[in-house]
Amino acid sequence: MIAKQFLVTGLLWAFIGGSLSIMFRLQLGFPEMSQEWLRPLLGDWINSSGKIDPEFYLALVTMHGTIMVFFVLTAGLSGTFSNFLIPLQLGARDMASGFMNMLSYWFFFLSSVIMFASLFVETGPAGAGWTVYPPLSAIQTSISGAGFGLTLWLISMTFFIVSQLLGGINYIATIINLRTRGMSFVRMPLTIWSFFLTAILGLLAFPVLFAAALLLVFDRSLGTAFYLSDIYIAGEALPHVGGSPLLYQHLFWFLGHPEVYIVIMPALGITSEVIATNARKPIFGYRAMIGSLIGISVLSFVVWAHHMFVSGMNPFLGSVFMFLTLIIAVPSGVKVFNYLTTLWRGNIVFTPAMLFSIGLVSLFISGGITGIFLGNAALDVYLHDTYFVVAHFHLVMGAAAFFGMMAGVYHWFPKMFGRMMDNKLGYIHFWMTFVGVYMVFFPMHYIGIAGYPRHYYSWTNFDAFSGFTDLNQFVTIAAIITFSSQLIFAFNFFYSMFFGRKAPANPWRSNTLEWTTPAEPGHGNWPGEIPTVYRWPYDYSKPGAIEDYIPQHIPYSMTPGSNLPHENELADREKDDDAIVVDDTNKH
Amino acid sequence: MQHTQFLQPDQQPLQPLAMHPRKFIVWLFMVSIFMMFAGWTSAFLVARSEGDVLNIELPSLFTISTVLLVISSVTMHLAIRSARRDNLQGLKLFLGITLALGVVFLAAQWTGFARFMEMDIYFVGGTAVQSFMYVLPFMHGLHIIAGLIFVGLVLYRAYRFKVHSKNMLSLEMCATFWHFLDALWLYLFLFLTLNA
Ligand code: HEM
Ligand SMILES: [Cu+2]
Repeated sequence: MIAKQFLVTGLLWAFIGGSLSIMFRLQLGFPEMSQEWLRPLLGDWINSSGKIDPEFYLALVTMHGTIMVFFVLTAGLSGTFSNFLIPLQLGARDMASGFMNMLSYWFFFLSSVIMFASLFVETGPAGAGWTVYPPLSAIQTSISGAGFGLTLWLISMTFFIVSQLLGGINYIATIINLRTRGMSFVRMPLTIWSFFLTAILGLLAFPVLFAAALLLVFDRSLGTAFYLSDIYIAGEALPHVGGSPLLYQHLFWFLGHPEVYIVIMPALGITSEVIATNARKPIFGYRAMIGSLIGISVLSFVVWAHHMFVSGMNPFLGSVFMFLTLIIAVPSGVKVFNYLTTLWRGNIVFTPAMLFSIGLVSLFISGGITGIFLGNAALDVYLHDTYFVVAHFHLVMGAAAFFGMMAGVYHWFPKMFGRMMDNKLGYIHFWMTFVGVYMVFFPMHYIGIAGYPRHYYSWTNFDAFSGFTDLNQFVTIAAIITFSSQLIFAFNFFYSMFFGRKAPANPWRSNTLEWTTPAEPGHGNWPGEIPTVYRWPYDYSKPGAIEDYIPQHIPYSMTPGSNLPHENELADREKDDDAIVVDDTNKH
Repeated sequence: MQHTQFLQPDQQPLQPLAMHPRKFIVWLFMVSIFMMFAGWTSAFLVARSEGDVLNIELPSLFTISTVLLVISSVTMHLAIRSARRDNLQGLKLFLGITLALGVVFLAAQWTGFARFMEMDIYFVGGTAVQSFMYVLPFMHGLHIIAGLIFVGLVLYRAYRFKVHSKNMLSLEMCATFWHFLDALWLYLFLFLTLNA
């Protein structure tokens, strides 16, 4: 239930965030165009010459980033699937604390309401970028987007952090404590591993964001000088001295970089699951997959300064961070390699979920490669704050995580709502989105290499950036098409929820435990006893097996044909084990 | 306990942290609280490295409050011991003392702030490092208030005979959290003594 609430709220946010991006893309692609027609929606933010107000443009970008990163790809993605899959795939009746779970959603809801309300305040929503860097953000009067809108932004994010912590703590406690019999750590599906590590990252990173935000609040509202020093406004020095805006950057990116992995790791976990199931092959390198997730998690805490290469840091420090940053390519590469080798010679079933997962792998490669460019401090001095960075993170984080989310929705929709989504619409949705995303973000690399800075309202006033208008128009048109194709998804989603074909018990013939529950799991998930787990979740196409999949709850003693020698030994032990089960029930 | 000996090691989930899920949740909360303070203390170091050094004598009151808090950890432990032995009188007594010590601690911290002001160190108007002198004890104090509410709840339960040797969970969770707050303050105190 809570999972569905997260999902629907997240999808609503996705559409809001998406429409904001269409608005500013129109401005970038067609700077001459009149936006008078948006006046009913935006009111006075359309100025007298029929253009979006430049400060409101900044607010649009800020809110788009905030909404997408936090509300869609953090809460909507990991909130949905962690809540949904952790108990079901582990064989737990519920989360460790149902109450905290509920609180986690309602804090998210509250934070959503505040963030949404901030879109309508008179001075406009927050406009200091999704990273809300001081000094811009620390002085309420610096721009209109640093006023009341930003105050609401900070309040909303505080509740958001509380929600994430409550959720994450609960996920970790559930995974550690409530696994069913036989579900050892190395029998957990990779989805669970990814949710687990994501929750740990959140637990360690979000409090630091809170710490940073609180100091920002003090600076803004109480007049302290944590992030401010020697600021002159209209020739007059502000009283704040002795702080440093870089302090904020350090604190922010200490969260910020893990946050990007908080966004992508659940998507990677979902992909592992979907690819193995639909390639009808065991995931290649299961332990390497776990190892690389752990590697990524650890490394993600020691690379934050790669967002600050141009902040005037000591070049030696820069090279240390460059080195650490480039190492992340190794576990990332391991993951990509293992996806490809799992697909290799698989008996691939191209469900929409599978297509989105393969799409994720493609996007993760394309965006990961540009990460390596940016990770080089020397190159980054040039590329920093250009559209190259925008292209990088939209491919590797935005689009890839969104694809992971879509893969998850298509794959687990039958379990969530008891009905199937329409495949044809799914294919159309996939191809339009896949092609569309590349059309939107690929040209941005060129624009970025040409030096176009991000966050600019218009380039036409600069001689250096007067070219590429056609490319920018192209990007905008592609963005509109890509966004429109999401309406197909919305229709498919809501229509299938009520009128879709009834789902069979195990539509993808998958091994994991969630498919052993009744069509729509009720309270306690399993009506009778919770199944015991005897094997890992990836026994697909096992030689000698009767079918091409053996679910996790099938004992080895029932599959003599396909057992490996050491599994036969396990089969013998299972018999003793069953004796204990009986014994247990007698006792209590 | 009796039947663990029959279990096949490879058939059972490994239980690396075989504790009650709720207790585990308390530990996770402590991790996140610690990270928050780790953020602030490292920010303090960054702010200081920007050249903003001031040699502040920590008010001696902070030493007193530190001692108070350490004693309260001891009384908390005595409360646990009493509960384990079903000595409900002792339990209530020691929990009550812990609660009182916590309140006195807060008062001491508050007067510590007054000392800062006498030393011309202000939350607003000074440098980042000066403001941190307030932020760290203040945020710790907020957690102490949360801890005191927790202690109060457990004390209330103790009066209703709900805490005894067979029902230790709430008390143990409370004690863990209290000791953590104590340790956190020791960390902050040492940190400020060494770095301020
Ligand atoms: C091989 C792996 C990667 C490397 C070496 C890498 C490197 C970098 C670097 C150096 C920057 C800073 C660019 C600048 O601002 O000048 C950057 C920005 C960014 N990266 Fe990556 N990255 C990698 C993978 C990822 C992944 C997997 C994600 C997300 C899932 C991600 C998300 C982002 C985001 C969101 C930004 C921009 C933040 C902003 O300034 O608004 N990156 N990356
Ligand atoms: Cu990063």
